[in-house]
Amino acid sequence: MRLELKSIHKYFGLVHANDGVDLTVESGTIHGLLGENGAGKSTLMKILSGFIRRDSGEILLDGRPVEFHSPAEAIRMGIGMLHQDPLDFPPLSVLDNFLLGREDGFVQNRARALADLKRLSSQFGFDLDPETLVSTLTVGERQQLEIMRLLSLGVQILIFDEPTTGISLPQKVKLFETLRLLAKEGKSIIFVTHKLQDAEDLCQRVTVLRRGQVTGQVEHPFTASQLVQLMFGQNLAVSARQAIELGAPILEMRDVAVEDYRLRVPNLNLQVCAGEVIGLAGIEGSGQRLFLRACAGLLPPSAGEIWIAGAKMNRQPYHKFLERGVAYMPAGRLEEGLVPGLNLAEHFVLVGRSKDFFINWGAAQSEAQVKIEEYSIHGVPATRVESLSGGNQQRALLALLRPDIDLLLLEHPTRGLDIESTLWVWNQLLERRRRGTAIVFASADLDEILEYSDRILVFSGGRVAQALVAKETSVTQLGELIGGKGL
Amino acid sequence: MKAMGERTEPSKGRVEETPRTREGVPAPAQEATARRGAGMWENLAWSIGPILLGLILTTLALLAVGANPVRAYTVMWKGAFGNAAQFSNVVSSWVPLALASVGLLITFTAGLWNIGIEGQIIMGAIFTAWTARTFDWPAEALIPALFISGIIGGAAWALLAGVLKTYGHVHEIFGGLGLNFVATGVTLYLIIGPWKRAGIASTSGTELFRPAAWLPTFPGGMAVGPIEIAVAVVSLVIVYFALRGTLWGLKLKAIGKNIRSAYWIGISTRLHLLGAFALCGAFAGMAGTVQAIGVWHRLIPAISGGYGYLGILVVLLSGFQAAGLAPVAFFFAAVSKGSVALPLDLQLDSSLGGVLQGIIVLLVILSQGVRARVQRAGASARIDSAVLASPVGPTAAPVEANENPPL
Repeated sequence: MRLELKSIHKYFGLVHANDGVDLTVESGTIHGLLGENGAGKSTLMKILSGFIRRDSGEILLDGRPVEFHSPAEAIRMGIGMLHQDPLDFPPLSVLDNFLLGREDGFVQNRARALADLKRLSSQFGFDLDPETLVSTLTVGERQQLEIMRLLSLGVQILIFDEPTTGISLPQKVKLFETLRLLAKEGKSIIFVTHKLQDAEDLCQRVTVLRRGQVTGQVEHPFTASQLVQLMFGQNLAVSARQAIELGAPILEMRDVAVEDYRLRVPNLNLQVCAGEVIGLAGIEGSGQRLFLRACAGLLPPSAGEIWIAGAKMNRQPYHKFLERGVAYMPAGRLEEGLVPGLNLAEHFVLVGRSKDFFINWGAAQSEAQVKIEEYSIHGVPATRVESLSGGNQQRALLALLRPDIDLLLLEHPTRGLDIESTLWVWNQLLERRRRGTAIVFASADLDEILEYSDRILVFSGGRVAQALVAKETSVTQLGELIGGKGL
Repeated sequence: MKAMGERTEPSKGRVEETPRTREGVPAPAQEATARRGAGMWENLAWSIGPILLGLILTTLALLAVGANPVRAYTVMWKGAFGNAAQFSNVVSSWVPLALASVGLLITFTAGLWNIGIEGQIIMGAIFTAWTARTFDWPAEALIPALFISGIIGGAAWALLAGVLKTYGHVHEIFGGLGLNFVATGVTLYLIIGPWKRAGIASTSGTELFRPAAWLPTFPGGMAVGPIEIAVAVVSLVIVYFALRGTLWGLKLKAIGKNIRSAYWIGISTRLHLLGAFALCGAFAGMAGTVQAIGVWHRLIPAISGGYGYLGILVVLLSGFQAAGLAPVAFFFAAVSKGSVALPLDLQLDSSLGGVLQGIIVLLVILSQGVRARVQRAGASARIDSAVLASPVGPTAAPVEANENPPL
């Protein structure tokens, strides 16, 4: 089935997530869709799969304009999506999952479903026990199940969102084989990825998105550097950096491995000294968050040793890390940093030094006022944090950090901020660094990484490159590493 | 108040990223003051409205069953306030209800639904009964010991629910519900088992306690005395100030509003949750003590009087404010006691009081929901106009849609 997207627009509030996107996918091809975080790939694919509605634009299947309002309707028209985190039901069996979404009447026809499942399994060479629980399957096997489920529903266009994240190499080989087979059968495959190598290996054609717009389309054969150029734009001049005298080591990781249910990041070795800034680059979800959480004691490492200021911190609770001078500023400002419903003054009391049982609200008000002025927060002590703008919430978070921090861990310190606020935040951070705080921050913005880091760790699908010296690194080099080339 | 208006004026030299106001769009500060002006009447309307509506609906229900609503309300009023003895009945039911509500306010502040409060009242009563049966002390020594027993019993039972939650990942609603059944079972077992009255096995209750274990009452056949009133009032005052003026109270509030952020900030969330459970249990246990030695003077199967569940309604109706607990609890106590007279005078069931209480709570909560909706609609209209008036375009970096799932 031939798919055409014409001039798709989608806004989320002020954000123009899709800005006139055109995309044509011929039947029988594997079409890559590339872009960094926030480029608008997921939005586009969610529109295509019926998850969200476009604000304007046209979707044509085989030349006919179509409308659908839910994933179920999209599937009926032949468009199915495999999500990065499989949207299946782990406590149910393989066969139950396979049955879900079928529309053959009220009564389950298990025998027919089982026959379908067996036929599809043998066609693709998958080996799944119909009675086993999905919770015991690997991510790769769950993908296989989802592929078969969508095919049994008659899907002609399959969208794969970052399918190679979290699966093993043999499973990836198997997946690619399957995709080629599907394309040969005439199905259209959209392959959303940020991995350059995967795109090169698999796709006949690649469309690159950047900031909501199509920046280009390349046909096979293409080179990785072409893609990097399209993904990240032109190189920016990196400003001269002030030399800083590094102090004693604050953070040391020795052969550390961190992992969650889908990603394992092994072999982390790093020493961070007082006054040093380390940038963590990579597509979101490549292991940076795991790394930062391990440094803060929020995630116990599964191997290796973590040392903070000369003390081994394995198996120590988060509060001990705080006592040793570690501070963590998470990305979700209202979810994991501030307490909606409490006002600024109450926040400052909560993190304050005073351990008095009774709160002196008068003193708290004036202390809060001082902080508010010092950090230029647009509010008053009685302002509830949820009514602050994003930038002011970020300022409030910075104001809440203790003055004496040795290791400051930040997730996306300037995400969603305008240029002025971004500069302001970095001035605050660099001032702390001058006073000897070591800073480790994750960012999706390569310019920010290059501009402020001394050294850079690049994460790609759980693998980590040797720390790069920022001033000797180019955007292209970073882009290739982020895409998994040269790792 | 004036300071707020001054402070929010954008001062020069500050970096701002909220859209600046232009003509026609009110500045946030002005808007806030404008809202406050209208706000007082609006607030009043929003809180009185549902109560009036509740009365109207109850009246309609009375008309539907062919009863005379005016007479029914008169009977209820007289039943509660007709004479001093009846009024003392209202106060004697206000005391345990206020104690249960004050305890629940603590757990609600910490974001916990302590459904297990019924069991905590029962355990308080059981521990009290044990002490009363065991020690042959004079009243001056015994009564404090009885209250302490109630505190220990209630707190221990609540801690059990707390430990189940914090260490066993059993939601406090399920844990509490289960423990309520267990507590009821233990009461029944004690009444027909080890503590049964000599000669008879009856579920009507244990032997009466010795008079030294009875709470003294005001003279003239009153149902209530000074000690339990003092206990309730002091408890209300302590909790009011503890939640408002202490670091502990603020930490509890932070945990209740967002436990994740509270943890990041460095609050030991588990300890505070357990503390909230224990304190709530302590107050509930005292309610059990009052029920055992002030009202029934023995242990009976329904010793909790349902004050735990009723207390949940009291806290909801008071808007989670300590200052509102005493009057709301009083209103509930008056309705409960007033409706006792209904079957005698009008052949109406006394559950009418419960109907009235239930309808009012439902309507109050419903009105809060409606109010939030109305305000949200207003707020989004304001945001839209601010966006249109904003001189800057989208400055934020594009956010991938999966940050805000549409579902």
